[in-house]
Amino acid sequence: MTTVSGALTRPRAGVGLLRRPKATTGFWSWFTTIDHKKIGLMYGVTAMAFFVIGGVEALLLRLQLATPNGTLLTASQYNQLFTMHGTTMVFLMGMPLSVAFGNYLIPLQIGARDVAFPRLNAFGYWGFLFGGIFLYSSFFLGGAPDGGWFGYTPLTSTPLSDGFLPGRGPDFWAIGLLILGIASTTTAINFIVTVVNMRAPGMTFMRMPVFTWMMTVVAFLTLFAMPIITAALIMVYFDRNWGTNFFVAANGGDPLLYQHLFWLFGHPEVYILILPGMGIVSEVLPVFSRKPLFGYPVVVFSGIAIGFLGWGVWAHHMFATGLGPVAISAFALSTMLIGVPTGVKIFNWLGTVWRGSVRLTTPMLFALGFIAMFTIGGLSGVLHSVVPADTQQTDTYFVVAHFHYVLFGGLVFGIFAGLYYWYPKVTGRFMSEGLGKLNFWTMLIGFNLTFFPMHVLGLYGMPRRTYRYDEGLGWDFLNQLETVGSFVIAFSMLLLIVNLIASRSNGKPAGTDPWDGRTLEWSIPSPPPEYNFAEIPEVEARDDFWHRKYTEDDEGRLVRLPSGGAVATTDRDAGDGGAAEHGDGEGHGIHMPSPSYFPFVLALGLPILGYGAVFKNFWFVPFGAIVVLFGMYAWAIEPATEEGSH
Amino acid sequence: MATEPLTAHRPAPHDPHATATGVTNNKLAMWLFLSSDCLFFGAFISAYLLYRGRSQEGPFPEDVYNIPFTSATSFILLMSSLTMVLALAAIQRGDYRRLRVWLLATALFGATFIGGQVFEFTEFYREGLKLDTNLFGSTFFVLTGLHGAHVTAGIIWLLSLWGLATQERLTSADSEKIEVAGLYWHFVDVVWIVIFTVVYLIPR
Repeated sequence: MTTVSGALTRPRAGVGLLRRPKATTGFWSWFTTIDHKKIGLMYGVTAMAFFVIGGVEALLLRLQLATPNGTLLTASQYNQLFTMHGTTMVFLMGMPLSVAFGNYLIPLQIGARDVAFPRLNAFGYWGFLFGGIFLYSSFFLGGAPDGGWFGYTPLTSTPLSDGFLPGRGPDFWAIGLLILGIASTTTAINFIVTVVNMRAPGMTFMRMPVFTWMMTVVAFLTLFAMPIITAALIMVYFDRNWGTNFFVAANGGDPLLYQHLFWLFGHPEVYILILPGMGIVSEVLPVFSRKPLFGYPVVVFSGIAIGFLGWGVWAHHMFATGLGPVAISAFALSTMLIGVPTGVKIFNWLGTVWRGSVRLTTPMLFALGFIAMFTIGGLSGVLHSVVPADTQQTDTYFVVAHFHYVLFGGLVFGIFAGLYYWYPKVTGRFMSEGLGKLNFWTMLIGFNLTFFPMHVLGLYGMPRRTYRYDEGLGWDFLNQLETVGSFVIAFSMLLLIVNLIASRSNGKPAGTDPWDGRTLEWSIPSPPPEYNFAEIPEVEARDDFWHRKYTEDDEGRLVRLPSGGAVATTDRDAGDGGAAEHGDGEGHGIHMPSPSYFPFVLALGLPILGYGAVFKNFWFVPFGAIVVLFGMYAWAIEPATEEGSH
Repeated sequence: MATEPLTAHRPAPHDPHATATGVTNNKLAMWLFLSSDCLFFGAFISAYLLYRGRSQEGPFPEDVYNIPFTSATSFILLMSSLTMVLALAAIQRGDYRRLRVWLLATALFGATFIGGQVFEFTEFYREGLKLDTNLFGSTFFVLTGLHGAHVTAGIIWLLSLWGLATQERLTSADSEKIEVAGLYWHFVDVVWIVIFTVVYLIPR
């Protein structure tokens, strides 16, 4: 609702509950900013921080498993760490890191000055940050969630007093994900409205860059998946705290209902995580092959098909639960079916690179790594549609290997390709190519060293989620190898972080269009001005910016237009040679929305209510409600753009 | 490949209210939110249907339901949709007196419905149906309670709009604010029609 009450009243100049913040630079401006680019950066930095935390958790798990009968962690600590590792990597790294790219790039790629609801955008970020802090505060408040990132009932839903999972972990998990769900739903709505309504003239849907397309599909998946897990989490919370019987088998409840609800969310969630990676790769490959994306419409429709089919495969996570032969056959078939659009995309990417003038830069390496690793993960995924094989593999390390190949080898490699690719746009400087290539090769080696042996261990029967194993089972060497591999990954991550930080001041200056790009974001200065486009571009073709720079001669060879793509121009007729001077002097008179405190305030109310719910302490509730209501009303009353501001 | 000729000229880009589709941002956002909310209620309604008739001990639905009473409060809630439409028509005409009347009427009808729900919950509780009594109690209270929370949020929203209207800070130009609130309100009504049918009326 906040979406809409956003502009509840007409501006009353200067009147507000707090004085309207004006600053767009300096420390405090980060708390009030509603600039989609700054918010994108905040998402990125925060998600990278959670990436490091989740990675450290993984390293601890690997250290524990390095030798048989490891003694580093207790069973309870191990449970907390693998639960938080999964929850972090899905909700606090994967999703927000994709959102970071979406936030920064969607408006730039469709030729808009901001997203549709800038303040709601800021709210989404703060909700994510506070939700993450809320989840992690559980470590200091009686123990972190320890029921797995999937939180199966009845383990998680049994009341605290029954002592199955000591501590308030599952409550923190349920309420924390609820807060994160609110934040990501608002972001999804914002992205969809932006893409549907804010495209520049001529930017038809079939001219939109593939990354924006995939983020749109992701936004729809988020929009429809989040309410389902929200419902499931509310049921878990009520079962655990208020004595309801949703998942209490003794009273007729059905714990399987939870699995259905969770995976009805959880499988679309898998595509929420992987589609942004696919989108990034579909941007990077054409640029470094100097060819248009092979079969653009097919890539787009495959993405949409994955979005639809993703709703019909959830029970393949539940083949071992005894659903009956009809249901199992149906879901096995749908699981095989969803491999088709995915496979189509792989061939499209290969077709894009095929006979292109390939430049093996770091982003290109990561994109190629994505294709290779994702294909391995996809193949082991199709194996899971073979029910007898899946039944054998359920809850073994084979599954762990599979989803790390799609989510790490897929999403994370795609994200890294995106980092190296767009870093020059964001900062105006290149990341170091030398460090970057080292980063890629160590990552590729470390990744395969860590996760490939898991296939084998899984087939040997090593179960997931167990904190130790006996010696003499033939698992020792491979486990040791995996632990070594995980530290190679850690070293590689360190290289990436050093590169990200050091290149900000030491990187080679990049200029407007460092990669000879194809999409609109490369037509504006690096870093982009606050208003993005001094003049809203008029789009005349797919890969519009490319066509402003190049044409073909009679024999179909590329010919550069006389002064096409002249740097730093935002003029729609760059090809005319009249590349107008659009320095920093431009942009006055463009009305951008004003900064605001209230997204921060409103989001701050959520964890307060959350603590009230977790500890069943009703003193928190009125306090949290007041913060939320104050945030909402103040938000509604203040105008989106303060008069007299620029 | 030469650039294609520009086929369609859209409205001048500097019109701040122009959108690529013609549907305003606020309205589109509300539709999206409501579509998301559909699945939220869908999950709870599914849970109710799945567990229907599986309670092991009473009170069972037929022991506690007072269909005539709930029909009456449901009718009042449905009538509030009519007054909501009248409020929108009034602001579009510029009839601000009637706008205030119909906004307040809508909120009051909603509040009457909530009053009825509070009464109903109390009655059920007195007859021994609690959250933890059986599956019926769990699914019924959580589903209808969450619907009640949605109605309550709507009432607060309507009263806020009414407050603005009494200060004459809503004009015909703001009719979209009423329209968007109306979308939400009608949605909550439609959900209740489904709940009333599925939970109360379908014989078990």
